[in-house]
Amino acid sequence: MAEPVISVVGLRKSYGELEAVRGIDLEVGVGEIFAFLGPNGAGKTTTVEILEGYRRRTAGEVTVLGADPARVDREWRERIGIVLQESKMHPELTVRESLELFAGYYRSPREVAGTIDLTGLTEKAEDRVGRLSGGQQRRLDVALALIGDPELLFLDEPTTGFDPSARRRAWDVVASLRDLGKTVFLTTHYMEEAQALADRVAIIAHGQIVAQGPPGELAGRGDATARISFRLPAGVASADLPEKLGAAVGNGEVRLEADDPVPVLHELTAWALERRIPLTELEVRRPSLEDVYLELTAGEREEKAEE
Amino acid sequence: MSGVALALHQFRFDQKTFWRNPASVFFTVMLPVIFLLIFATIFGNDRIEELGGVKTTTYYVPAIISLAVVSATMQSLAISLTVDRENGLLKRTRGTPLPSRVFIAGRIGNSIIVSALMLIILAALGRVLYGVPIPWERLPAVLVTLSIGAAAFSCLGIAITAAIPSADAAAPVTNVAVLPLYFLSGVFIPESEIPNGVLHVADAFPIRHFFEAFFTAWDPSTVGAGFEWGHLAVVGIWGLAGLAIAMRTFRWTPRA
Repeated sequence: MAEPVISVVGLRKSYGELEAVRGIDLEVGVGEIFAFLGPNGAGKTTTVEILEGYRRRTAGEVTVLGADPARVDREWRERIGIVLQESKMHPELTVRESLELFAGYYRSPREVAGTIDLTGLTEKAEDRVGRLSGGQQRRLDVALALIGDPELLFLDEPTTGFDPSARRRAWDVVASLRDLGKTVFLTTHYMEEAQALADRVAIIAHGQIVAQGPPGELAGRGDATARISFRLPAGVASADLPEKLGAAVGNGEVRLEADDPVPVLHELTAWALERRIPLTELEVRRPSLEDVYLELTAGEREEKAEE
Repeated sequence: MSGVALALHQFRFDQKTFWRNPASVFFTVMLPVIFLLIFATIFGNDRIEELGGVKTTTYYVPAIISLAVVSATMQSLAISLTVDRENGLLKRTRGTPLPSRVFIAGRIGNSIIVSALMLIILAALGRVLYGVPIPWERLPAVLVTLSIGAAAFSCLGIAITAAIPSADAAAPVTNVAVLPLYFLSGVFIPESEIPNGVLHVADAFPIRHFFEAFFTAWDPSTVGAGFEWGHLAVVGIWGLAGLAIAMRTFRWTPRA
């Protein structure tokens, strides 16, 4: 197996009395898009800034692209790209000039025009940065992180503050990075974002990893109980349903639970067809990533609310 | 790219940023010109008897050049670096392979070039409008004084960023640092009008020494090469102190 791009063992970071990161283990492989989820203040940015070489750790082993980010050189910086949570370029430079400036910092940069196209800024190439919208500035951030043709990209909350359509476009950009063979370490607090982009997800709460895995299987999502719900028309009572389904009713909605939903659905739909009863709003779902996330980070959010 | 080529690359874009920013062009380039025109208009072609009968306009040309150099180096650097720090631009630049010293060298280079340009503009205006002679025979002293001053005040500008908490505070803090000294050091008011005690206070700070050195180099009655090594030494020591502070306290990450 290839060397992991990022490997973290027992990482800790304290600020005085406060332990922001309390012993986390992570591994990110070549070409993976890895999403790091967690509420604000859970230790996300601290962790990513340690991986980027901006912060020193208190304890633990960290290797990024074969080096300890606390002692990196210019060669290592040639191989990574960073989108910070907040940063603005010179408003006086154009999009193209900003990229030319950064391209000059790298030994073998990507082509400027191609990078502008990739991030969908072709029409804005000659505009001053100060005149771009928030979403366009963020895409410029991604373009600047890509210009050195890095192997590994850090994206710290790349779509915070985006409207839904801008977020979709940003996802397309990140997805295209996968096609370029880049490894991406993404932090976000949007579940759909992790769901849409990530090969694997880790959830951090209270400075500790509380779940880790592919988004579809996180915290047992893959084999969790399925919930079936629907509504019955007026005049049909839930008592008329086959007894063995074990239906529960609340707010006019009938709910069933099943480890294996297929036979239950078969029974239910056969019953409904026979009697020509429409099952409106019929839905089968497993806990969403958001359900898992909310459950795992519940304590953290309550604590925040108290502050 | 080699270090020098990289610094030139950075410098090229710093120049674009500088000239496209209306505030930096106004305060760094226009304001010294306006000061020279105002002072020359108010005080006319009087002579200052206490200073060997030098013409007031001849006095103000080196005075305003000194001001322009301090503005182009210390003030301009302190403001632009603080704004870039608070915008996260310094942090992001730090995440690229560009070595920090090359980045800073590009910025200082930008300040020194603007200083040299101001020297040319103000010297030409003084010559054309007021007949203030350009001291060609003391050009080495002029250039050495400009270089030492520009380098020293650049270091002080970088050092002072540590005392500036936010982008909004950058202009007020640098103005508080230099405006009183312009008055006390004889840059705005001829030193013949300033009590001796006040001049002694100003003697503790580098602006007065820088101006003294420039004045000697510019004054037509100066005999000899015009180097004021004593004053330049004080300016240089301030610059080295600034460099030492800057190296210990300079931050690449936002404070706010």
